[in-house]
Amino acid sequence: MEPTALDIRNLRVYYGDFLAIKDVNLSIPRHQITAIIGPSGVGKSTLLRALNRMNELVPGCRTEGEILFDGMNIYDPRVDPVEVRRRIGMVFQKPNPFPKSIYENIAWGLRINGFRGNRAQMDEVVEQALRAAALWDEVKDKLHQSGLSLSGGQQQRLCLARVIALQPEVILLDEPASALDPIATLKIEELMRELKKDYTIVIVTHNMQQAARVSDYTAMMMLTGEGERSGTVIEFDRTKIIFTNPRDKRTEDYVTGRFG
Amino acid sequence: MSGISTPLSLTRRRRTEERAVRAVLFFFALVSVLTTLGIIYVLLQETALFFREVSFAQFFLDTRWTPLFLSKRFGIWPLVNGTVLVAANAMLVALPLGLLAAIYMSECASERVRRVLKPFLEILAGIPTVVYGYFALTFITPILRSIFPQTQIFNAASAAIAMGFMILPTVASLSEDALYAVPRSVREAAYALGATRWEVATQIVVPAALSGIAAAFILAVSRAIGETMIVAIAAGQQPKLTLNPLESIETMTAYIVQVSLGDTPHQSLAYKTIFAVGMMLFLMTLGMNVASYLLTRRFREVYE
Repeated sequence: MEPTALDIRNLRVYYGDFLAIKDVNLSIPRHQITAIIGPSGVGKSTLLRALNRMNELVPGCRTEGEILFDGMNIYDPRVDPVEVRRRIGMVFQKPNPFPKSIYENIAWGLRINGFRGNRAQMDEVVEQALRAAALWDEVKDKLHQSGLSLSGGQQQRLCLARVIALQPEVILLDEPASALDPIATLKIEELMRELKKDYTIVIVTHNMQQAARVSDYTAMMMLTGEGERSGTVIEFDRTKIIFTNPRDKRTEDYVTGRFG
Repeated sequence: MSGISTPLSLTRRRRTEERAVRAVLFFFALVSVLTTLGIIYVLLQETALFFREVSFAQFFLDTRWTPLFLSKRFGIWPLVNGTVLVAANAMLVALPLGLLAAIYMSECASERVRRVLKPFLEILAGIPTVVYGYFALTFITPILRSIFPQTQIFNAASAAIAMGFMILPTVASLSEDALYAVPRSVREAAYALGATRWEVATQIVVPAALSGIAAAFILAVSRAIGETMIVAIAAGQQPKLTLNPLESIETMTAYIVQVSLGDTPHQSLAYKTIFAVGMMLFLMTLGMNVASYLLTRRFREVYE
């Protein structure tokens, strides 16, 4: 097994009194793609958003347990959530570029994170990020048009470029292709394979073929029991094993489509 | 097949009903259009009568406004100056306060605080403007005079500050609506890049809501220009060209009140001046509204 990027220990997330995810223990391997799968409402996105402290933007949300990242618990009171989010980037379900130009969409994140460089250096970082997101050739002649003028697939790659520009260690993807057509989806998937050389990637997906196609490891989430509302990770293994020879009967039912 | 004939006749009856409802609603829509057209017609007609006696040059090139004196002068600019001076200073109060209040309510306040605060702000909008007028005269003016002893009893600043508070809810409430309408997902994206609350509010949410904020701003300016009671009570009746808000001035609206309340005979030239001034006022607010429309279109960002 590869070295660990994020070590999740006894994680519980509450929304008010509601326990959304319960006792998750998971080691996310470094420079691999980890997929989180499972039926709707088991807390896949909640788990993902716990990894860069995005949940605390939701009023009434409370997190217990530890997530070790680079030897430090990111929920330690001394840790600044802003710094966590810079090093653990995120791409969302729906493309959400800022209402700014394509160029500014990328430059803004750099600037607020203290980028000290002249215009030429900024140009170069922007170009690199767009190239890494396989978007450069499509937008190089219209960098100063609004990011919202792009197609959905292009917008999503712009959102990815925006994250890549900050050179995070981990990239979290929350169903990044669910609003895209099959061709745009395929592009994002190709991109993920390319990016795992440099980044640890965690992706939540509803699409089991997608999980099987792109991920190296898969975490299967389920409700903790009949009539329960809290979700947890019931099985974590190499994707190949999860899809061909899972240990848990519920995983097998789900991946073979017999579930529900 | 009697089951079919019943719905068919029903449909016919419903269609007549619908036509009747549409006609009634159209009539009411027409009333508001006709009223507006009627007002414009009267304004134009009386203004034309005014300009039969006073030339455009006298109106636009003179710098004194003394139509009620023996030596009559008809330069409109002192009144425009008074209106713009008060409105601009009112905006200096209302815009920063209103925008900050809006940012606080939409970006920082918890849902509970927001639910208490917003109605309070809207109560401010329900206070009759005459109350603001006396508030300016009996509360703000003495404070101004203790800070700046040269302040005149009736002065533009006092009216402008009161007016600023009067239009504050308009600015705050409309701006807040615009900020609140910015999709959550855009905010989340900014937070996920490691932005602070302040950076998200000022650099992402405010620019995204700019069209709405601009519209709120211009609507507030329109109200400031048209506001009458506060300036009639607190700003004075001395039309003059000045940029000093501590002096006594007169706005276009205050002049109209002054003439309407006096014993100016119907059809006299002094009486006709108020229509010329009213026309000027109308053109200014119309210009603001057109500007607001163009601005909104220019800055509109499309979200799916």
